[in-house]
Amino acid sequence: MRNRYAGAMTTPMTPLAVSACTVTSALGDGLEAQHEALRSGRGGLRPNDFGSAPRLGWVGRVAGVEAAALPAALADWDCRNHRLAWLGLQQDGFLDRVHAARARYGARRVALLLGTSTASIGATEEAYRRLDADGRFPADLRRPALHAPDSLSAFAAAALGLEGPCLTISTACSSSAKVFASAARLIELDLADAAVVGGVDSLCDNVLFGFNALELISPVACRPFDAARDGISIGEAAGFALLERTDAAPRAPRLLGYGEASDAWHMSSPHPEGHGAELALDAALARAGIDAAQVDYVNLHGTASRANDAMEAALLARRFPATTRASSTKGFTGHTLGAAGIVEATIALQAIEHGFVPGNLGAATPDPACGPQFAWRNEARRVDVALSNSFGFGGNNACLVFGRAP
Amino acid sequence: MTPLELFVEGIGLWSPRLGDFAALRALLAGAVLDAAAAPAAALLPANERRRAPESVRLAVEVAGQALAMSGRDPGTLACVFASAHGDQAITDAICTTLARAPAELSPTRFHHSVHNAPAGYWTIATGCRAPSSAVCAGAHTFGAALLEAASQVLAEQRPVLLACSDIAGRGPLLEMTGCDHAFGSALLLAPAAGANTLARLRLTLPTDHAASTPPPATLAAAAAGNPAAAALPLLALLAGRGGRCRIGRAAAAELLIDVEPVA
Repeated sequence: MRNRYAGAMTTPMTPLAVSACTVTSALGDGLEAQHEALRSGRGGLRPNDFGSAPRLGWVGRVAGVEAAALPAALADWDCRNHRLAWLGLQQDGFLDRVHAARARYGARRVALLLGTSTASIGATEEAYRRLDADGRFPADLRRPALHAPDSLSAFAAAALGLEGPCLTISTACSSSAKVFASAARLIELDLADAAVVGGVDSLCDNVLFGFNALELISPVACRPFDAARDGISIGEAAGFALLERTDAAPRAPRLLGYGEASDAWHMSSPHPEGHGAELALDAALARAGIDAAQVDYVNLHGTASRANDAMEAALLARRFPATTRASSTKGFTGHTLGAAGIVEATIALQAIEHGFVPGNLGAATPDPACGPQFAWRNEARRVDVALSNSFGFGGNNACLVFGRAP
Repeated sequence: MTPLELFVEGIGLWSPRLGDFAALRALLAGAVLDAAAAPAAALLPANERRRAPESVRLAVEVAGQALAMSGRDPGTLACVFASAHGDQAITDAICTTLARAPAELSPTRFHHSVHNAPAGYWTIATGCRAPSSAVCAGAHTFGAALLEAASQVLAEQRPVLLACSDIAGRGPLLEMTGCDHAFGSALLLAPAAGANTLARLRLTLPTDHAASTPPPATLAAAAAGNPAAAALPLLALLAGRGGRCRIGRAAAAELLIDVEPVA
C-alpha cells in the first residue's frame, strides 16, 4: 500500500512536450554555459560577496545581473530580482518561443506559473535600510507591486504579454518543480494550450541571514553527500520552460510525470526516513507509468545539509538499482531555493539531450550511506528517463519525470 | 468551454466581525453581531498554537472550520493555502532586523516567513501527507487559487481544501500593501456530490473582461484593502440562494462562478 496517501488515485498522465527551456545561474547565461560547466566540472560557487556584512559562506551568484537593465516599458518593475528574471528570459531564444506560442494559441490560452521563495524581497529589504525621515519607504521604492510575493509572476506576465491563468507557487525549495504539476493539470483540463513555467530566486539578506540563523550555511563551498558535509551554499538563478501538447512539438523531450506530497513532520527539517519524498516519487513514477528501474538518471535535491542528504541517500539506495545513476548538482550552482526545481529540470533535460550524467561535484569523501547509484564523476551514458527531486521547508516534496521523445 | 463542475462540502470564514460562515449568514439575514473572537486555530496542538504566527492561526482557523463541516479525513486531503501578502508582520519584523543587525535574525522568525508556513503547520498538525501548496497572485489571489484548487479537484479527482487569508500589515510595509485588517476564508471542494454537499459550483473562464462582482454592501468595509476578501461575493451567494458572480483571477481576466445550493 505504498500509494496509500499520495497516489491512491494516481493514474498515468498524458505526456507534455517541453518545447523550449532556458537557465541562467552561477554557471553562466543560457543552456550552453550550463552544459559546458557541467562537462568540465567547473563549479560556480565563490566566497560570499553579496549583501550586508558579515558575509558568510559561499554563494552561487549570477554575474552581470546588476547591468541587465529592463526595457523602458518595464521600468516600474526594476529591481535586482526582475533584472535576473529578464536576463534569464532573454537566453536561448526563449522570448521568441513564448511570442510564437502566444501568436499560435492566443495570450489567454498560455498559462504562466512561476515558483519563487522570496521574489523581490531584496527591494523591500533595501527600502527598510533607506527609510526616510518620516519612517516611510524612500520615494523611489514606493512601488507596491515590488513588495508582494507575486511580484515575479506579475512582472513576467507584463514582460511576456500573457493573459492566461497566472499563479505564483511559493513552497520554498519545491516551488519551481510544482509549477510543472499545476501546468499539466491546466492543459489536461483544456484551461490552457501551453504554459510558461519556471522560477527565479535572487540572493538577498533574508535567506543568507535566515539560513545562517538556522545554522545551515557551510563556511566553505557546499559538499553534497560528502561524509563531512556541513551545510548549504545559497545560489540564485532564473529558469523557464514552455510546455505544450506533444503534437505541437513531437520531437521535444517530455514531461512524463509529476508527484507531490507532504512530510507532516517538521517546519525546517525533512522527515528522517523520507516519507513525503518517497510518496512524491511514487506518484511521479505512477503518472509516468514506469517503475524505478527504468529511471536512468536522478538529479537529487542534495543540498549538502546533514539531514536532507542522509534521508535522500537512503531513499535512493532502497528504491533504485545500481544502473540508475544519481548526483546532486548543487556543488555547481549552490542551492537556488525557489529556482532549484527549474534549474535541475533543465539539467535532467540536458542529461537526456547530451547523453551524459553530471558528476556530484564537491564530495571528496562520499558519505558511506551512499549507494552504488552515485555518479561521483561525469559519465557518458544514454539517458532516456531522468528524474528530478525538489524538497522544501515545511515538508513540501515534489518529483518530476522527464523522458526522451519516442 | 465546458464549465468546471465541483462541489462545496465545507466553508470557513474569519474576519474581525465574522467568526465563521454561520455569522455571515446571520449578518446577511439582518442580525447585529458582536465582534468575533480571535481565531482559535483549535486544530493546532497547544504549544504549536502559542508558537504559530498570526498568519498561520488565521489560515488554520478557516481551514479547520471548512474541514469540520465536511467530515473529511485531513490525513489524505490535498490542500492549497493562498495569501496575497504572506505574513506581513513577520516581513516587517525581519526587514527591520536586517536593516539594523542582520546577524540577529531569529531562526524561528525566518522559518515562519516562508509562504508555505500555514501549509507546513497544517500538514504537521493534521498528519497530512497529501500534496500541499502555497500560492499568491496579488489582488487576484483568491480567484487564481480557486482555479488552482479546482484544477487539482478535477484533474486528479480528489477533494481539495482551499484556504485564502491575509492578516493586517504593519510598519512601513503597510503603506505598500494597504491591507490593515484580517480576512480569511476556506472552501472544501470535491469532484462529486456526496452526503455533505452544500452547493454545486460551475466555473468558466470568460473571454471578455468586466468588473468583478462587488461584495454585499454590508461587507464593503470588511472587503476593502484585503485581497483575500475577494472571496466575499462567492461566500455571500453560498450563504444565500446561489446565483452568479465574477471574480478576478489575473490582470483583466476573471472567473465566472455559478453557485447552486444543494438542499
